[in-house]
Amino acid sequence: MTFLPLRSGEPSLLQQRQRAAFWFLAPMLAALICVAAWPLLRTIWFSFTDTTLSDLYGGQWIGFDNYLSMRTLSSGRTVWRGTLVDPAWWNAVWNTLRFALVSVTLETVLGLIVALVLNAEFRGRGLVRAAILIPWAIPTIVSAKIWAWMLNDQFGIINDMLLSLDLIDQKIAWTASADTAMYAVLIVDIWKTTPFMALLILAGLQMVPRDIYEAARIDGIHPVKVFFRVTLPLIRPTLMVAVIFRMLDSLRIFDLVYVLTPNSAATKTMSVISRENMVDFDKFAYGAAQSTLLFSIIAIFVLLYIWLGRVDLTGDSSR
Amino acid sequence: MKKIFKVAALRSTVAAGVLMTAGVSVAPADELFYVSGAIGNAIANFKTLVQPWEQATGHTVTIVPMPASTSDQFAQYRLWLAAGTADIDLYQTDVIWAPQLADHFVDMAEPAKDLVPQHFPSIIESQTVGGKLVALPIFTDAPALYYRKDLLEKHGKPVPTTWEDLTETARAIQDAERAAGKADFWGFVWQGNAYEGLTCNALEWVKSFGGGQIVEPDGSISINNAQAAAALDLVKGWVGSISPAGVLAYQEEEARGVWQTGNAVFMRNWPYAYGLGNGTDSAVQGLFDVAPLPSGGGHEGSAATLGGWNIAVSKYSTKQDAAISLALYLAGPEAQKQRAISESNLPTIVALYDDAEIAAAQPIIPLWKDVFTQAVPRPSAPTKGKYNEVSARFWSAVHNTLSGNGTAAENLELLELELSDIKGSSW
Repeated sequence: MTFLPLRSGEPSLLQQRQRAAFWFLAPMLAALICVAAWPLLRTIWFSFTDTTLSDLYGGQWIGFDNYLSMRTLSSGRTVWRGTLVDPAWWNAVWNTLRFALVSVTLETVLGLIVALVLNAEFRGRGLVRAAILIPWAIPTIVSAKIWAWMLNDQFGIINDMLLSLDLIDQKIAWTASADTAMYAVLIVDIWKTTPFMALLILAGLQMVPRDIYEAARIDGIHPVKVFFRVTLPLIRPTLMVAVIFRMLDSLRIFDLVYVLTPNSAATKTMSVISRENMVDFDKFAYGAAQSTLLFSIIAIFVLLYIWLGRVDLTGDSSR
Repeated sequence: MKKIFKVAALRSTVAAGVLMTAGVSVAPADELFYVSGAIGNAIANFKTLVQPWEQATGHTVTIVPMPASTSDQFAQYRLWLAAGTADIDLYQTDVIWAPQLADHFVDMAEPAKDLVPQHFPSIIESQTVGGKLVALPIFTDAPALYYRKDLLEKHGKPVPTTWEDLTETARAIQDAERAAGKADFWGFVWQGNAYEGLTCNALEWVKSFGGGQIVEPDGSISINNAQAAAALDLVKGWVGSISPAGVLAYQEEEARGVWQTGNAVFMRNWPYAYGLGNGTDSAVQGLFDVAPLPSGGGHEGSAATLGGWNIAVSKYSTKQDAAISLALYLAGPEAQKQRAISESNLPTIVALYDDAEIAAAQPIIPLWKDVFTQAVPRPSAPTKGKYNEVSARFWSAVHNTLSGNGTAAENLELLELELSDIKGSSW
């Protein structure tokens, strides 16, 4: 950022604007401190105590015990406790990462394809653009329930359709069995979020100047080459930002897994397991430690991504 | 004024008529909020159920419906109660929750002292924590085996008394019905989703095989044994053969869906399904009957997990007098009788089992005494505040076994280790 040299006494236009911008932003900053920063700090604090949900204000400081602690039993055997050696936690981490990688990859590719189609000129384009957003507009909890019925093994329309098309020979219990439950979650998530990705990418595509394509066409360059050499590099910043949004979202996935599948080890994610500890098991501090780890994992992911991908989130095109 | 009303409310244990005379003129009209799980037609019936009370006292009550899964309800209740919310005045609570939520509810021992002796002592005891009566029972629950008498008759099979018999009968009838063109027909539906209901189902298999009850009343962990593993191995064989593979995601209502559309020979479910199955919109109306759950592995006893629902008054309610009055009404004979007739819920008041009107409307209720005598409690008393975690570990081990993730013996061995970790030096 550059500052213009001051003229005698009165603030420069830029300074005035910055000052005004600060005051316009202040209410939002205050709100963010209340609803984001404060709960976050408090959760981190809880994770170092032995707080329970029945007694939220009576927790004592116990240091890192919720994360990792070593205890020596009377028999002389030493055991490690805490979430860092909890197999259920690592299973959830693995589930979450697997889900995030697969869903974000597929959503990006499909979103790109949809965006390219929508970017083309055709009749009724506005209508199609609006229609495609419907899955994104439906609240996740509602779409999860709708899909739960559609995927139901006995009454579900998906099984019915696949059966009548002779693609399967008996009804599949999509959400029930450990092998297919994760697929079911992925299918619904991709269905729901591809439109969102498509919309973001479409915005990027619309920024690409048309005359570049015209030049390419006149030079007789193959469209595939144009896509990889021109379109993709130009929409890369948009794409990177879109991917990071989805990554943040998918790493903290909760509702879909919770509603759609049985509460089994095959699909439990980090959010699901920390909620389970906090609420169901009354191990509030232990769950808080897991939430803190979840937060750290997301933070590390995002920082790595921004650093490695050199993503520009500030909007300054000063590179 | 409040004091007068309080006296009126206390007196109103049984007869709404008492309220009529003492309550109406002096009591301020309160609007109460009662939160309850939504299973079957309980929500629809609630308005009729409380009408006499509303008329007698001038108060109104609004029901706040919750998800059908008791595990989900519990989570929401815990959050509300931890936050000390005054929005909810009364909670409908599961029989296993008393030790975990005791601190948040009003002691009902004094207001209900006339009503308590009419109930089954064991049920009152289940809701008593350290001398405090945490909640009043409104109905009890013990599951039974629902069977299609028309189909058993058609195929010449008796009602099975062991799980092995059930397996065979279910397979034979399923094969025959499918051969006759009913492609979606199944032998046996039950609740296999990974939630509290699976703990109930699995406890029945394990207990009836002589495998104990997970954690014994003295606090010892008994689940890792050969009979328990044998029970789970048998059940594993059902998934995908006599039970749809999707049963591993079923709760009560999904099982009832398959059964009530006429697509199953047997179902394991709670009494509420009896009234609904005999409704005019049911494909199995008049075609089925109930029997005690089978026993297994050469063991004699059948086992039915003791369920049941109670009503508790929140300590944080600002309208406690009215709330206590409603709790007494809902736990009293008049409301229990109505629930028994309209929802086939089992009363907790002993005398109602001899009531002729109930017997006429829901013939199973007097018969349920048999089921009820074999009821086995879940280990919520010995495991105290850790019950939920114990139950979750148990249902996870069972769900893993049934979905083919490890054998029964392996999973039970692991479970024993996990449970002793949770237990620590004592429950």
